[in-house]
Amino acid sequence: MNAQSNAAFSADRAMEPYWEAAANGKLLLSDCRGCGRVYYYPRPICPFCMSADTGWKEAEGGGTVYSWSVERRADPPYAIAFVTLDEGPTLLTNLVDHDFDSIAVGDRVKLRFEQRDERAVPVFVPDRDG
Amino acid sequence: MTIKGKAFVAGIYEHPTRKAEGIPIAQLHAEVAKGALEDAGLSIRDVDAYFCAGDAPGLGALAMADYLGLDARHVDNTETGGSSYIAHINHAAQAIAAGKCKVALITLAGKPRSGGAQPGKPPMAMLPPDAPFELPYRPTVLNIYAMCARRHMHEFGTTSEQLAWIKVAASQHAQHNPHAMLRDVVTVEDVVNSPVVADPLHRLDCCVISDGGGALVVVAPEIARQLSRPAVRVLGAGEAVKHLRGGEVDLTYSAGVWSAAKAFEEAGVARSDIKYASLYDSFTITVLMQIEDIGFCEKGAGGAFVADGNLISGVGRLPFNTDGGGLCSNHPGNRGGMTKILEAVRQLRGEAHPAVQVANCDLALAHGTGGFLGTRHGSATVIMERVA
Repeated sequence: MNAQSNAAFSADRAMEPYWEAAANGKLLLSDCRGCGRVYYYPRPICPFCMSADTGWKEAEGGGTVYSWSVERRADPPYAIAFVTLDEGPTLLTNLVDHDFDSIAVGDRVKLRFEQRDERAVPVFVPDRDG
Repeated sequence: MTIKGKAFVAGIYEHPTRKAEGIPIAQLHAEVAKGALEDAGLSIRDVDAYFCAGDAPGLGALAMADYLGLDARHVDNTETGGSSYIAHINHAAQAIAAGKCKVALITLAGKPRSGGAQPGKPPMAMLPPDAPFELPYRPTVLNIYAMCARRHMHEFGTTSEQLAWIKVAASQHAQHNPHAMLRDVVTVEDVVNSPVVADPLHRLDCCVISDGGGALVVVAPEIARQLSRPAVRVLGAGEAVKHLRGGEVDLTYSAGVWSAAKAFEEAGVARSDIKYASLYDSFTITVLMQIEDIGFCEKGAGGAFVADGNLISGVGRLPFNTDGGGLCSNHPGNRGGMTKILEAVRQLRGEAHPAVQVANCDLALAHGTGGFLGTRHGSATVIMERVA
């Protein structure tokens, strides 16, 4: 199956490898063979060059907090963040297992998966070695 | 083609309500339409073009043209969230300049406060493509804007006290607006001591939630000449969209960088010529970033710029939101673009409250940010002048 037919006819089908990998604890980024860029969120047509010749690149799992906020009124409160992956793209996510009073921009974090509504999604925990 | 000088704002109306229990959204649209047409001295029979956004029920212009009995020959449902109505002025001026219409009506109405969801609105046919990768993390308007504030503080040393000055200025203005929801003057201490709702934003960094609406009538020059209200001429406008760029995220600036540049280029005026600015104020950080992006100060210098009352009419260099804005007066339908235009027109007409009226206000700007500042949003800018 080539990426082009996926891109043209079925966005859901194109995302199946992403969700299968996520269920196995792996985060896939879109990898464009047209321009060489790695991007996120994933989609079959590259947002940089519009090439449909796109595949996947697995993230190593390391990242840095770009920005964050704790929704204090929620019960329990939760931390939302933009995390910049070591591969380049910045993604929206949650910071979990964090002390909400000591998060800082620039903190090193590492990937973990959590189950949300029947899907495993990438979240980030402190990287105490990073 | 330029819109410069090709269209005039002839009528404005702001709904006085802040809570509209028992009144359907279509009726609110009709009430503001009636108000703006009466202000202009025109009738619904004179209107040949209609503009509305996602707050209008059903299929927008179709449902509302029917309800209003409006014979539309040109319609536009452009939806860029709260900035839509500033985009609509641009589009109305373009349509007038192209000869497609002569009298354009633009309406907004919403009632998030009384919980009246839009009864005629069908459920969203499909979620946006970003939804599977973002909604699991529970993004809210609040925490997304908060992340813009956090990054701004990190990069430029902006402080909560500086952001608080924006609310202080709005409250100084709101005390003179009998319709404003929050009329008490607040201090920097009041703002920073209010509860943190989403770090680093406090409760008083946020706008109010209100029902209400507003409307505008935009007309061709030959129509404007026949009317008796003070003439306000559209000089330039710009629009732009900014998004997450495939993961190349930069929260330090908004699409206002591009929309304002276009508007100023078309208007042929300088930033320093602007006597009054209506700036979208969903949160204090929204105002601060727009001030930088429009070019009233350098990027990163917004914190120092807004401090010490610099936005207060009669005190500072850039009087803003003299009706109290979204931070204190109202934010009808969670969409602040319409009220931004209304107060700018009042200032140009010399019809703002005397306590906040800017002396010799002959050139004003209205700017909006719709959607989510920290993910994907549409900015729109319009520059207008008083015709002597």
